Amino acid sequence: MTSTEWPLWEVFVRSRRGLSHTHAGSLHAPDAEMALRNARDLYTRRSEGVSIWVVPSTAVTASSPDEKDPFFEPAADKPYRHPTFYDIPEGVRHL
Amino acid sequence: MKEPATSAALALGDDALVLSHRLGEWAGHAPVLEEEVALANIALDLLGQARTLLSLAGDEDELAFLREERQFRNVQLVEQPNGDFAHTIVRQLYFSLYQQSLYGQLAAGDSPFVPLAAKAVKEVTYHRDHAEHWILRLGDGTAESHARAQTALDALWRFTGELFQPVEGLPVDFDALRDGWLAEVTAVVGRATLTLPDGPRSGAWTAGAGRQGIHTESFGRMLAEMQHLHRSHPGATW
Repeated sequence: MTSTEWPLWEVFVRSRRGLSHTHAGSLHAPDAEMALRNARDLYTRRSEGVSIWVVPSTAVTASSPDEKDPFFEPAADKPYRHPTFYDIPEGVRHL
Repeated sequence: MKEPATSAALALGDDALVLSHRLGEWAGHAPVLEEEVALANIALDLLGQARTLLSLAGDEDELAFLREERQFRNVQLVEQPNGDFAHTIVRQLYFSLYQQSLYGQLAAGDSPFVPLAAKAVKEVTYHRDHAEHWILRLGDGTAESHARAQTALDALWRFTGELFQPVEGLPVDFDALRDGWLAEVTAVVGRATLTLPDGPRSGAWTAGAGRQGIHTESFGRMLAEMQHLHRSHPGATW
């Protein structure tokens, strides 16, 4: 560990019947191949039919908590942004 | 006189049980946490195989905890001490390649071992994958890791011949098993920039008599540790 670099990886797992990959956690691994194998052991117990993504943590750009207010300010006071004033015409299904 | 299927179940079951115990010794001592989980996973798979196989031969706990060293039928390879990480990985490489071919043949056949083999072949494919990735990393890593991996390949080589001695009651083509195994080991070891031992050392290709109950020195100590509690409190339920 002292002489080798074991960077951090983020793990995303889609379960067999899941619709999307969900962040499951993170782990240390020397490369992507090993990260995949470790993720399989740690986060899926090798169940069949799951999909795993591993991403080096350095590749993830996160939104900054400091900019939270301007970034995520809800637009609830701007009702014209929400398509809520339409009557659904008859005959339109599955909307 | 035991039925052939019983002695075959004992042989394979003891292999899995003993290697599982050796891998269990790594708990808390692996180079990194992730690797510890991987080794424990493999140990658990093997223990599962051992339970199924020993149950085919009798009572699993009695067989595991009340037999003497001379009654165990595992190959000598699996009882070899863990040594350094390279030793453990090479032992795992030699053995998981063997198990994968063996269970592959058994799963395709027609014997009492088909259900177990069909399940276990998936597990040992993972074990083999794990060992292969590590041998590539160690062999093609630093000068130190390369040297250690080569030392381990050489040291454990003489126990590999025994893997291909026919086992009574096991419907497996051992000649084909050996040829396939040798080709695969040679390929992986070559990719890892390592070499399989040759010259005088390969003369010991036929060494090992674990299937006849003759074991190496460290095996007795391993059993003492494994069986201690059961022998101290015979008949207890747990």
